[in-house]
Amino acid sequence: MHQIRFHGRGGQGVVTAAELVAIAAFNDKHFAQAFPSFGVERTGAPIEAFARIDDKPIRTREHVYEPNILIVQDSSLIGTVDVTAGADDKTLVIINSSKDKKEIKLPVPSKNLFVIDATKIAMEELGRNIVNTVILGAFAKATGLVTLNSLKKAIEQKFSAKGKSLVDKNISAITRAYNM
Amino acid sequence: MKEILEGSQAIAQTINNIKPAVVSAYPITPQTHIVEDLAKLKADGKAKYEYVRAESEFAAASIVAGASATGVRVYTATSSQGLLLMTEVIFNIAGMRLPVVMTVANRGVSAPITIWNDHQDTMTVRDAGWIQLYAENHQEAIEQHLLAYKVAEKANLPAMVCIDGFVLTHTYEDVSVPSTAEVSKFLPTFKPKKGQYLDPQNPVSFGAFAPPAFYQEIREELHNDLRNSKRLILDEYEKLKETVPDIIKKTEKNAHINNGLIEYYGAAHPRTILIAMGSLVGTIKDTVDEINKGKMASSLGVLKIKTFRPFPANDILKMVISAKQVAILEKAVSLGATDGPLTLDVKAALKNKAKTKVQGFIVGLGGRDITKKLITRIVKEVERKGDQMMFIG
Repeated sequence: MHQIRFHGRGGQGVVTAAELVAIAAFNDKHFAQAFPSFGVERTGAPIEAFARIDDKPIRTREHVYEPNILIVQDSSLIGTVDVTAGADDKTLVIINSSKDKKEIKLPVPSKNLFVIDATKIAMEELGRNIVNTVILGAFAKATGLVTLNSLKKAIEQKFSAKGKSLVDKNISAITRAYNM
Repeated sequence: MKEILEGSQAIAQTINNIKPAVVSAYPITPQTHIVEDLAKLKADGKAKYEYVRAESEFAAASIVAGASATGVRVYTATSSQGLLLMTEVIFNIAGMRLPVVMTVANRGVSAPITIWNDHQDTMTVRDAGWIQLYAENHQEAIEQHLLAYKVAEKANLPAMVCIDGFVLTHTYEDVSVPSTAEVSKFLPTFKPKKGQYLDPQNPVSFGAFAPPAFYQEIREELHNDLRNSKRLILDEYEKLKETVPDIIKKTEKNAHINNGLIEYYGAAHPRTILIAMGSLVGTIKDTVDEINKGKMASSLGVLKIKTFRPFPANDILKMVISAKQVAILEKAVSLGATDGPLTLDVKAALKNKAKTKVQGFIVGLGGRDITKKLITRIVKEVERKGDQMMFIG
């Protein structure tokens, strides 16, 4: 079973990101689960969400304490929140930052760290600093847990009510992040 | 067809396919997406029910009570404080024998203010005369809504389907929602009998004044009918499996029994049995598998109580009589009592009939996460002497 923990701030679409991963994994014929760490949502407050992917039905409901994969949507959380709690030397970390990999101070092996400037892509592709979908392109590439096609389909399923333009922009942003 | 849906969404779609005539709810915290989705389905022209936005939960319960009394299928949903505000009407609905079905997204109650999950809300109204079903996952929640309507309408008893707030309502997982055609195979159009609803051609009174000479018998009859609905729940669950086989999950490999009242999962001859209700059972099943593979091989099982009212006392006794000990994990407190509500009932069911030790553990109040580590600790704890209730975690 793959266990993914998402870190971000209220208003950054952390919960939506976890749901998109679960929907994409389901599209790839896996069993999947996604849920938020049920906080009182306040803009800017640190928020966690969780996703699990497996080839058999997922029964456990506990939070993700030993993640295989960490997605950090906001690098300013480092030092405020113990984002790598429960991580081991195999845990992959995907982090949004404009900094160079060497400047990211996290207690994980350098080879497991994937840095993407998702904010830059989001500003250029979406015109807003909403990085939750962008970073999933990097997630799909780094982990191979979901296919790019299933992720695109998940975007369509989740955002179709919000209009074609938004769907297209997000798909374009994800594809760009995937190909980096 | 398998889909991946949020729990609330899956339930809303199921309710729409069950075709109630009237839905009423109060749209504010602690409400869930269930009624939001039902309102949207109505606004989008995909639903035929009358949707009445009430001014409070008290009003929402009153509206569905009144609508039900006219002989139509109704639905409402609520949570925590909302359920407490409905309490007076909830007792009336049962007393008037109205087959109302309600989803309760279980949450803790104030004070202090909490929005998170536990079972204190529904446990507080357990004596109201409603059937109470508790779901482990989305699929079971869907099954239980079909079952609730069928039994409620056959036995003239209201039923509440209790699903863990947030843990199920806000989680995405795979689920299969039965189509209207599948639903109608199991649950026919509701046609109440003459005299069971308000009809100007056949005038009747509901819940009329009962002086001391009559009141006790009427309450006794309600109690007996609720107790006897156990048989109906068992029978209808089997029919549900036959008529809508796609939606009943294949019984788990390690499940030795799975009916409308209980499910037992784990070792064939367990030393210890854990008892729990709702979504917590999923985490317990994973823990049971891990422990049974380890040094304590084949020593552990979990008994899931799906139907809390009517209470399946004999079914529980049969399952636990050979075990050395039982640990009950419950998410509600009967403040000032010697144990939690579920533990009190289990202890009463076993009294003078089994030598099994029973100990209650209060867990997960106000949304505290219940981990496999905690469950393992409880398995060790119940081996110790004494059977005092413990707050743990």
